Amino acid sequence: MSLFGKDDVVVSRRIRQSLIAGMAALGFGLGTIHAIAQEEEAVAQGEAVAEAEDHGTVHYPLRKPEQMDWSFAGVFGTYDRSQLQRGLQVYTEVCAACHGLHYVAFRTLADADGPGFSAAQVAALAAEYQIEDGPDAEGEMFERPGRPSDRFPSPFPNDAAAAFANGGAAPPDLSLIAKARAASRGPLLTVLDFFTQYQEAGPDYIHALLTGYDEEPPPGLEIPDGVHYNPYFLGGPALAMPPPLSEGVVTYSDGSPETVEQYSEDVSAFLMWAAEPHLVARKRLGFEVIVFLAVFATLMYLTKRRVWASVAH
Amino acid sequence: MEGHSTYQPTSTGARWLERRLPVIGLVHSSFVAYPTPRNLNYWWTFGAILSVMLVAQMITGIVLAMHYVSHGTLAFASVESIMRDVNFGWLLRYLHANGASLFFFAVYIHLFRGMYYGSYKEPREVLWILGVLILFLMIATAFMGYVLPWGQMSFWAATVITNLFSAIPLVGESITQWLWGGFAVDSATLNRFYSLHYLLPFVIAGVVVLHIWALHVAGQNNPLGIDIKSKEDTVPFTPYATVKDAVGVVVFFILFAWLVFYLPNYLGHPDNYVPADPLKTPAHIVPEWYFLPFYAILRAIPDKLFGVIGLVAAIVVMFFLPWLDTSRVRSAVFRPIYRQFFWIFVLVCLGLGYLGSQPAEGGYVIASRILTAYYFLHFLVIMPVLGLIERPRPRPASITEAVLARSGHAPAPAAGGAS
Repeated sequence: MSLFGKDDVVVSRRIRQSLIAGMAALGFGLGTIHAIAQEEEAVAQGEAVAEAEDHGTVHYPLRKPEQMDWSFAGVFGTYDRSQLQRGLQVYTEVCAACHGLHYVAFRTLADADGPGFSAAQVAALAAEYQIEDGPDAEGEMFERPGRPSDRFPSPFPNDAAAAFANGGAAPPDLSLIAKARAASRGPLLTVLDFFTQYQEAGPDYIHALLTGYDEEPPPGLEIPDGVHYNPYFLGGPALAMPPPLSEGVVTYSDGSPETVEQYSEDVSAFLMWAAEPHLVARKRLGFEVIVFLAVFATLMYLTKRRVWASVAH
Repeated sequence: MEGHSTYQPTSTGARWLERRLPVIGLVHSSFVAYPTPRNLNYWWTFGAILSVMLVAQMITGIVLAMHYVSHGTLAFASVESIMRDVNFGWLLRYLHANGASLFFFAVYIHLFRGMYYGSYKEPREVLWILGVLILFLMIATAFMGYVLPWGQMSFWAATVITNLFSAIPLVGESITQWLWGGFAVDSATLNRFYSLHYLLPFVIAGVVVLHIWALHVAGQNNPLGIDIKSKEDTVPFTPYATVKDAVGVVVFFILFAWLVFYLPNYLGHPDNYVPADPLKTPAHIVPEWYFLPFYAILRAIPDKLFGVIGLVAAIVVMFFLPWLDTSRVRSAVFRPIYRQFFWIFVLVCLGLGYLGSQPAEGGYVIASRILTAYYFLHFLVIMPVLGLIERPRPRPASITEAVLARSGHAPAPAAGGAS
């Protein structure tokens, strides 16, 4: 008979049991080490806020962003048209002084699912910008008013110029910023986010950062000159950008409150649209696709049951 | 298993073709008349799911390639142009990026299924080896695909992984520069990765054909892990397996759609929406989730060369699984102790994945080392020893007997027996 068949194998139960016991002990040990690792991390973060020690790894941001209630979250999320229009106003009147919006074309401001401006409004807005074009027939570059097909011109001619004018670090382009920044959510929330469809870490972060300048740094945390303490900043305890918003800095025409809170919500929503202009179309199509697939799956399953009905399996 | 085709062409055209190239007969014997065990569960639908995913990746990839520009200064902008200006470009790209993730999700389930039911054992060793080879090719393809958007993570992942080759003694430096096409990861690197990323899926498709061929020669394993004894134990592939596979594929597509339409960036890294910058290293360089267990193994070993060896060995060891497992019983259903070790192994792999996503410091490093040691211990010690000492439970005489006993029927011929 077979060498390893059940008849030939004579091994004391004790060996098997000790093997299993050994494995269980190893598993327990791993759990403990894991708990220690997490505890260490928690301690490190606490120390960072209290004393910001130079040694040891400190994880940023010092504080997690507040989760906001965005109109574009969830299965049926859509952009709030007037919010995007206000957000555009905040961008053009405040952010655009230093930050580009390089990948966004003026024509997309007319998207019905986006800011929804009329074609005439878009043409007028584009014409406010001067775009470098050329070379012309004589080989010269020239400036002309913007057209809807143009993209937002960047405030600096190139990254080197942007860095030179801003103390060495070029202000990032904002076209994708709402998808390019997110605070770590930790393992538990990360798993839950799959079910709750949380995809708004970017705008939550922008909102938290823009409203997070008010606090004094905790005692013991030295903030050098030229940078500004902000516990929500991903890159460290302080950032070079001074608080960009203040009450009344932008005048709204629709009567919305002219507060830092309102400005930062509006511009965060606008930047989400800038980063993901097809979000509404995506969610709309997604709903149709999933309903279709659910019906199709049910029909396939019933077909399968019918086919297999006469075969025990 | 397969035997000669029983296909009888009925139309004149089919008869004409069949005498000259029996391709319809080949398809008929492989996907229609092919006898499949009657007791396969839904874990067996992942083979079909993977085939569909490979084709889906190739279709979306070929269309994306019509719009993508593989140049260091243009690649990132071309992907943004796909996302904003190409009709349904956002859909194509999200399908392709999330498709890669789900491809790996499915392949890992397929692999664990094979481990649980002992699908690698005699006479399916070559089938298993071809599968591990496909995994290797998938890893290479996915890694090079991840580089193409030329974001920060793309660039730094390429830098970290290509630098691994520099650990090879004597020739490492030369090999790395040869891979780069220069003295650092640059446009030349991007361009060759693009070329290979387009090539490798077709190589995968070729190995998949061999994989399916080997499957159809050896016959499918089944949850009981016992051989097919008679025609009664099987049902014809069509309609039985086809309709069950279709259920699996459609349900899998619901998961796919959930990610693509509602969580398209859930599995991605925010830093990859920042254009590649050789002068700025991201705070944490992490690979895509499906590489995290291997990344944890790489970082667990303090020496660079041995880390790379550990990384490669983690996959290579799977080639030898058919001989490392000394048990003659295939299915874990009849191996009470192996079954527990199997689930411990699954947990260890998940644990390594979690550790790979965390910074390499403090307790994470210690935990990575222990789990890495256990990973190899599982293959090199537990599998060989367990087969010798474990007392397997008695197996049923045949698939039909087990199936009928479970469903409470008196033994009777299967209604759909293989034709």
